[in-house]
Amino acid sequence: MNILVDLFVTFLKIGTFTVGGGPSMIPLIERDAVYNKKWISKEEFVDMIALAQSIPGPIAVDASVFIGYRVAGIAGSIAAVFGSVFSAFVVLLLVAMYFVGINKNRNVEAVFKGIRPAVVALLAVPVLRMAKSAKINKKTVIIPIVTVILVAFFNVNAVYVIITSALGGLAYGLLLKRRT
Amino acid sequence: MNIYLKIFLVFSKIGLFSYGGGNAILPLIKQEVVVNNSWIKSNEFTDLVAISQATPGPIAINGATYVGYRVAGFWGSILANLGIILPTFIIMLLITKAFMKFKQNDYVKSAFSGVLPATVGLIAAAAVMVSYGSFIDYKSVLICISVFILAYKYDVDPIVLTIISGIIGFVLYR
Repeated sequence: MNILVDLFVTFLKIGTFTVGGGPSMIPLIERDAVYNKKWISKEEFVDMIALAQSIPGPIAVDASVFIGYRVAGIAGSIAAVFGSVFSAFVVLLLVAMYFVGINKNRNVEAVFKGIRPAVVALLAVPVLRMAKSAKINKKTVIIPIVTVILVAFFNVNAVYVIITSALGGLAYGLLLKRRT
Repeated sequence: MNIYLKIFLVFSKIGLFSYGGGNAILPLIKQEVVVNNSWIKSNEFTDLVAISQATPGPIAINGATYVGYRVAGFWGSILANLGIILPTFIIMLLITKAFMKFKQNDYVKSAFSGVLPATVGLIAAAAVMVSYGSFIDYKSVLICISVFILAYKYDVDPIVLTIISGIIGFVLYR
């Protein structure tokens, strides 16, 4: 299959079967781009998430640009972005045109009561897999724990966490260099 | 100002000032489309939030499509989406190129050694934030635990698990 078509179709599939926004696309992107298609490595996937979190805009668009570019340059980025936003666009257009108020439908509500707890579980999976790729050990485990507390419970903006941890990593690297 | 240009600029601003993805973008959209421009009413926005969380894809794209259409029809929704996507696209492309070039640099490597554990924390934080309102009774806790075991231990496709959970929700809560 043409690589651009493959990128479009893969991201279309990912964008169609995720509810609750961009972050819930992460487990599907990991599965397809890293394990099924082998477009990027596990380490690159973690780097990509770090980059996506440190720049503004939807995380799904960031991830599509990165993976598309790695696979097939700028054309690849465009194909992947189109795929990942296509369903969101078509479905919301239909809702705006014909189905204002569909969220109050009892059947639709019931389906989503089942899906929401599943999304929580699906997001926990890449956390554990990434913890391995990011080589988290007894010393560094404090960093993700503090991050969760700051971001989820105190609403601290993710970009400050990224900047602080980048500076921390840089300082630690310089310290190691001076010792040797 | 031309309404299409206005839509494009407002959504570019929303895209450029939102970090972290997902629900984090909602307060910004509300400020711009409900308060600053009065394009839709507050209660319609609350419905939009519920719809965005129950429909596929990124929340920002859901919001841009709906609001763009309500303000200026089909082309309004196209321009709103371009506003969200274009700035992000350009910035991420430049960052990706720079990263490919400099990732072997010692300083970049040390900075990333600090960022990577934080990234794991950011995804965990997303899981925590999604969990608000997701657990309504013991059955939803059971769904969460079963899906986790099937996905992590047995490597079942997340799409399959999402569809099955939807069917279970339909049967249990209808």
